[in-house]
Amino acid sequence: MLAQQTPGELAEGLTAVGRGIVYGGAAIGPGIGIGIVVGNAITAMARQPESAGMVRTTMFLGIAFTEALALFGFVLSFIIAG
Amino acid sequence: MALIALEFPPVSHLIEWPDLFGTSGPFGLNKVVLLTFLAAILVLAFYLIAGRRRSLVPTGVQNLAESVVEFIQEGVILQTMGPEGLSWTPFLLTLFSFIFVSNIFGIIPFIQMPVNARMALPAFLAIVVWILFNFIGIKSQGLAGYFKSMLFPPGVPKALYILVTPIEFVSTIFVRPLSLAVRLFANLLAGHLLLVSFAVISAALFEATVVGAVLPGGLLIALTGFEVLVAVLQAFIFTILAAVYIGGAMHPEH
Repeated sequence: MLAQQTPGELAEGLTAVGRGIVYGGAAIGPGIGIGIVVGNAITAMARQPESAGMVRTTMFLGIAFTEALALFGFVLSFIIAG
Repeated sequence: MALIALEFPPVSHLIEWPDLFGTSGPFGLNKVVLLTFLAAILVLAFYLIAGRRRSLVPTGVQNLAESVVEFIQEGVILQTMGPEGLSWTPFLLTLFSFIFVSNIFGIIPFIQMPVNARMALPAFLAIVVWILFNFIGIKSQGLAGYFKSMLFPPGVPKALYILVTPIEFVSTIFVRPLSLAVRLFANLLAGHLLLVSFAVISAALFEATVVGAVLPGGLLIALTGFEVLVAVLQAFIFTILAAVYIGGAMHPEH
């Protein structure tokens, strides 16, 4: 099997694996982070429903900052060329 | 059992469009450029029509436009910049409307290409915001004052400035515009690819088994609805971050 592969095949396969690892790795931290942000925002809203508007705005800000890291990984996975 | 012909098109085929009308090079007019112009014209026409005959009791288009203005003023500006930021309403309103219209092209049948899934427009918008908040910061705090409040945030122990100052510099000057552009671009590109994936899967399964396409087809419709949410949310987040950056530049942290 190994003898039959064309020259660029191995590099191509490894690139695909690398892309998967890059995005998968980049998504772990932000996944946990967004969970913490939203969870705490819900706790705050449940405790003080009158402050829900302010908490929601701040929550979206926090999500946006946290999510940026995952999106960097998403873009990087496309940038990695074979 | 027959193999399903599932061939996913390469990403460049999904977002790159040929130049039209015999143009080429940097001034080439392709679908994305035309849609950008269309978005600008639509936003302009919407607010011109809404403001043409102003009545005390708003109806129709004016009603819609007023609720958008109110949303920007109360949901974005008052939450982040305070009452003195209200003079920024025209800029932020234009930003929000333009980004929303460019995003929503992604799910309109027969157009189905979010303009912001190409890096050019998000990068341009992020550069505009970057120039603006630096300019406002220098204008309202002075050059030295602006950099002092940016690089040396008060309330930090003196020794920590070795760490804090480079981080603050990189995060304000480089990471802010980069993350602003990449966030918008990557969200729209991801949504576009998601819709294409489910459309390809649905088509392949429909050809093979017909019944098998029910689940991915249903998901495709649900995801189209989800993309409406993404379009609004990303326009909102871009606007609110622009407001936060401009508001932060106007007033130094205490």
